[in-house]
Amino acid sequence: MNCDGVIRGISSYIDGDLEATIVEEIELHLKECQDCTILVQQTRLTVKLYYDSDLVDFPVEAQARLHETLRRKIRRDRI
Amino acid sequence: MYCATLAVRSIQPGLLGLGSLEPGLFESKSLANLAKAPTLSTLNPHRLPSTVAREDEHLLVAAAKAGDASAFEELVHSYERKIFRLTMNITRNREDAEDAMQDAFMKAYSHLDKFHEESRFYTWLVRIAANEALMRLRKRRPNQVSIDEPIEGEDDFIPQQIEDWGPSPEQRFAQTEMRDILRGVIEELPPDFRVVFVLRDVEGLSTEETAETVGISEAAVKSRLLRARLKLRQKLDRHFRQDGKQ
Repeated sequence: MNCDGVIRGISSYIDGDLEATIVEEIELHLKECQDCTILVQQTRLTVKLYYDSDLVDFPVEAQARLHETLRRKIRRDRI
Repeated sequence: MYCATLAVRSIQPGLLGLGSLEPGLFESKSLANLAKAPTLSTLNPHRLPSTVAREDEHLLVAAAKAGDASAFEELVHSYERKIFRLTMNITRNREDAEDAMQDAFMKAYSHLDKFHEESRFYTWLVRIAANEALMRLRKRRPNQVSIDEPIEGEDDFIPQQIEDWGPSPEQRFAQTEMRDILRGVIEELPPDFRVVFVLRDVEGLSTEETAETVGISEAAVKSRLLRARLKLRQKLDRHFRQDGKQ
């Protein structure tokens, strides 16, 4: 396994989505390659930082319009 | 039906009383406020809390299916913020995001009887909302969003230079600063990559669910996810490498 192989497999490696033999090859390479080790750590952190992240403001007006739309629909459906 | 709703209400007090359909429907502020003021997780300070536990969600869905509109209302209150986040992350257009969110909840309400709980209600809702958002994104950018197979061939995601980010960037930056960085960086991703990344890594859908939602193969999801993650890492590198911190 070389650096290119690690890079192409990094996503599946992080997700635990690789066969054991490939994982072994990657980990053998990581023991010797500082750059790939850092790359794996940073990619892992990237995924962790974004997971379920609250990066979008939910405008009060959008919430009010949603409630109004649903209220009208539910009332209409009940008639 | 009433027992199911009451069971959930006993866990989350202060909600609308039963039978409050007229005129109180969607006027409850308690859950809305809860959704607006997320409790910060120690694992990820930017993480939205899940306001409905799986078991409660099941009870609310059962009650809503049986015709209890206030149970549906509670599901809306619990997930509206997350669904808006999703539609906004996909469309990057405020008007489209709001329309997609509204249509998603309307469809969920209309088709509740077709939801057989093979997945969590939230996952089902995410898929409806993602479809609504994707439809609008494709309409606005017909040439930029490929419906089908991957954008293969180029190797621009291969990192050229790796530099240490130093100890815990998540602690070096203030929460608001980190939020701005993450938001700015994800906005720079091409739509094809962003959509897959948002569904897989922000919303937590499986590869299979993401593939079905976007209408591409699982191999294409994996390929786009790899590129999205590496591109994001590369963009974050500008901010996180130690000499980049002002």
